[in-house]
Amino acid sequence: MSTLHTVNKSPFAQQTLTSCINICRAGDALLLIEDGVYGALPSAPTAQALKALVNDRKVHLFALEPDLQARGLNDRISDWVKVVDYSGFVQLSTEHKTVQSWY
Amino acid sequence: MSRKVLFTLRHAPYGSAIAREALDALLATAVFGQDISVLFMDDGVFQLLPEQAPGGLPQKTLSSSLSALPLYDVEKLYVHAPSLEARGLTRDELALDGLVSLSSEDVATLFSEQDHLLSF
Repeated sequence: MSTLHTVNKSPFAQQTLTSCINICRAGDALLLIEDGVYGALPSAPTAQALKALVNDRKVHLFALEPDLQARGLNDRISDWVKVVDYSGFVQLSTEHKTVQSWY
Repeated sequence: MSRKVLFTLRHAPYGSAIAREALDALLATAVFGQDISVLFMDDGVFQLLPEQAPGGLPQKTLSSSLSALPLYDVEKLYVHAPSLEARGLTRDELALDGLVSLSSEDVATLFSEQDHLLSF
């Protein structure tokens, strides 16, 4: 059964996103929230690993729009990151059996 | 009805209250007879170091509290092997007996088997 992973720490400052990337498997979703949305930047140290996660390991990658907007990141994120609003967040949490919070 | 609950402990002890609160939540959940697993990963593996002596801090020794888990029928104890290796630790030197080493792929499988994931 699949898991929704949420990450709320910047990959420029902490290893939280890397830990999550190592545990995600095909069919899971990864949602970047709060400072985690800095992980959607192409300059992030985790950018290549995230791209491989989406393309090769079939993990669905999202970033929360209000958190992107608050930080002025809407037009700066990688094009393989999908954007969701709060109802999208709720939708994702209903589509997966469990939610793992990485913080 | 017993449900499968995984506690993932990813934070070092003493610097914050998270590790202590995880133990409180673990024991409370155990009292309700749930099917509990505990996973130590990332800095959470530092909770398992022997010879913790927080005498100078207003806190109890976490590792001795953790060793009481089997008394509460919490016996599925796991440690993420890459987290140990990254910190120069081996399973044999840890304060808790009966720990099973898991790869990252094993952790993903463990996640997929649970009804609830709790993160501390």
